[in-house]
Amino acid sequence: MTGRGRREAKAFNRGGRKERPQRSRRGLLYICICFAVVFFADHTFAQVTFERLVHSAKEPQNWMTYSGDYTGKRFSGLDQVNITNARALVAKWVYQTGATGKLETTPLVIDGIMYATAQDDRAFALDAHTGRPIWIYQRQIPSDIRPCCGRVNRGLAILGDKVFMGTLDAHVVALDAKTGNVVWDVAAADYRTGHSFTVAPLAVKGLVVIGISGGEYGVRGFIDAYDAATGERKWRFYTVPGPGEPGHESWEGDSWKVGGAPAWNTGTYDAVTNQIFWPTGNPAPSNRGEGRAGDNLYSNSLLALDADTGKMNWYFQFTKHDEHDWDATQVPVMIDTGGKHLIGQANRNGFFYVLDRATGKLISANEYGKTTWSDTKDAEGRPVAKKEASPTLEGHTVCPGALGTTNFMAPTYDPQTALFYVTARDQCDIFSTAPQPYEAGHAYYGSAYFPSEEAKPYRGFLKAIDPATGQVKWRFEHTSPTWSGVLSTAGGLVFSGDAEGNFIAFDAASGKPLWHFQMGGAVYAAPMAFAVDGKEYVAIAAGSAVYAFGLP
Amino acid sequence: MFQKQIKLVVSQLAAVITTLTILMLFCVSAAFAADDLNPLAGDAKAAKLGEFQFRINCALCHGLGARGGGRGPDLTRAVKKHTHSDTDMFQVISNGIPGTAMPANGTNGQGVGMTEEEIWQIVTYIRSQEVKAPAQATGNADHGKELFYGDANCSTCHMVEGKGGRLGPELTSVGGSRTHEAIIDSVRNPSRRLAWGLTEATKEFPQEYESVTVMTADRKEIKGVTLNEDSFSVQIMDASEGIHLLQKNKLLSFQKSRQSAMPKYGVDILSDKDLEDIVAYLVSVGAK
Repeated sequence: MTGRGRREAKAFNRGGRKERPQRSRRGLLYICICFAVVFFADHTFAQVTFERLVHSAKEPQNWMTYSGDYTGKRFSGLDQVNITNARALVAKWVYQTGATGKLETTPLVIDGIMYATAQDDRAFALDAHTGRPIWIYQRQIPSDIRPCCGRVNRGLAILGDKVFMGTLDAHVVALDAKTGNVVWDVAAADYRTGHSFTVAPLAVKGLVVIGISGGEYGVRGFIDAYDAATGERKWRFYTVPGPGEPGHESWEGDSWKVGGAPAWNTGTYDAVTNQIFWPTGNPAPSNRGEGRAGDNLYSNSLLALDADTGKMNWYFQFTKHDEHDWDATQVPVMIDTGGKHLIGQANRNGFFYVLDRATGKLISANEYGKTTWSDTKDAEGRPVAKKEASPTLEGHTVCPGALGTTNFMAPTYDPQTALFYVTARDQCDIFSTAPQPYEAGHAYYGSAYFPSEEAKPYRGFLKAIDPATGQVKWRFEHTSPTWSGVLSTAGGLVFSGDAEGNFIAFDAASGKPLWHFQMGGAVYAAPMAFAVDGKEYVAIAAGSAVYAFGLP
Repeated sequence: MFQKQIKLVVSQLAAVITTLTILMLFCVSAAFAADDLNPLAGDAKAAKLGEFQFRINCALCHGLGARGGGRGPDLTRAVKKHTHSDTDMFQVISNGIPGTAMPANGTNGQGVGMTEEEIWQIVTYIRSQEVKAPAQATGNADHGKELFYGDANCSTCHMVEGKGGRLGPELTSVGGSRTHEAIIDSVRNPSRRLAWGLTEATKEFPQEYESVTVMTADRKEIKGVTLNEDSFSVQIMDASEGIHLLQKNKLLSFQKSRQSAMPKYGVDILSDKDLEDIVAYLVSVGAK
């Protein structure tokens, strides 16, 4: 942590709402000189050590991982922008990436520099005061890639003097943080068989941890760890166990070979137990259970992996033998409350799960959106799918639909309100079988789905959930369902976007909207907060641009 | 000598270019010739695979059996507005139709795009369905036009080819893009499936023709249809085609309804035969 960082952290910890003590003019000048020295010194670039990542709460001016810290809370300790002044927020700058399609990135900010990604595997570094680019990296992607669900990227990891990116052609790339120059570039898998990376990696110790995408192509999922210095692969955990491994018996015949279970969203890390918590996605084919009888481990599960070895300590499967594309890839948020070490996840299948972090044991599973697929729970308390929920040839309606009650949009947990905030939708889909043979690199769904007209209008919400009870404390209904993630801050605020292009600040306690700004672009990203020169900013990607907001 | 060599090189180059040009022309014409052929035409197995591809990629708008889903046209009709040959159909599936809701292959951002082979499978499937499609009912288009602009009062709210009202959806192309059943249903049960209005790049779903009633701060009631809406503002057209641009937090009340502003036309108001005539008119315009 830099000297400047420490000073700023202290200032913010004091709280923006309190009056600052009067200082003499000479004192002020002295502070200014010191500040200038530290400010320029900062641009000589401080290394982002693993220690800094573990103790990221000490430097709230920086946003150093996809979710802001290792716990996945997406909570900012900054409180200069707060419930008393949020209505004064203004746009400070806009950076147009020039990319088209869905912009899903969460930027990182370290010591005044923002690092982010855009579609088609573009990465860039900006002066976080002004939004002016310092470098731009554009990967030359093969013309024959066909990634599912858009040519998207959710962001970078940073460690030492490098930033790390997964690419659409299934490579992991290390870029020099000062120049964007490629330091190393390794292929994790063959993109022609449907492998790709869209996830923001997680840097842990000296490793870059990353999960593969490709559940729609029948890949065999995995989570990899690469040496941050060299790019050498240190471990791989296959999310579908091979012959002789425990869990292999949960697959029929050879179905495990194309079993899916991708790992396309960023997990979390517990430095105390040295465990990585990484969620997995749907079994393949995504919407057809025929031919893969069994639970299909470890699809739609949360995995606890030893960070050094990649060995699995425990797993919890949310949806067994999934036939509705309900990837469990939502961020597993570490919550410590009442002496308990928990993980909370608002799952795509419509239930909010709380697990014991040490054992993976289920503590509670409560409905937080419209569901029709389950009306019973097993002995452990896990919701069990009704037989009638399976897709049929003529098609029938199941809630939630294939897009889920929530999806990749990042949630937030605010330790001040002890509430979990998540973007949710009530949409039911008609699921109709459409068997497809496996063919390498081809779509492998096994069923069709589309929104059920009878279930209109499709409603979208921001929901505040009490993780202890699963109760929805408040909800804000959007005009239509959105893909925006959510941020909470120490200023008593929750930020999120909507499908109509608004960026909105809410009172975290009541859900009352306090401020909004029309960005004119769809929101598929999650907000983050940072500070430079003692000023707090809140940033979000929308349309083809990154927006930064602050007080006038 | 040097110049002579250059001349020689130039003449050789010219010969090579001429040959290449001829070769290219030949290749291009050969390619065009090949383009007219669906490599899977008439292949029953390909049609079956195409049916599944269709369900996954097309049924959202065109219905499970390609008979239209209320948004996309009925593809079992032998005569299609945008596609005549198999090649046309391949192009439309690959590239979409600009200015319509038909997207290019793989661009809706939700799923995986199709390979060329899979697109040909879908073309083959659609062709196989055409054979089975029942004959379309035909009404009297001229009489339908009279009714549209006369006794049936359709043109009070709907415009066709530049003539008519603005409150309801413009209907010039509806006969070419909606199924016969969907048009009948929207007249008989206008609230069952609200028509789509404005489509925005930012939104997953288009604005629907919802009814809205608001009370302004000066206690003025406005009733109309929603042109657009977000969490903080609403844009309304009232029955006299007046546009109201309103901030929601300044309204005393704001009520939306999925009861269509269009009256329900039962058989007591519009006979089945007269409705068939109006549909025939819309189809005659929409097929142009």
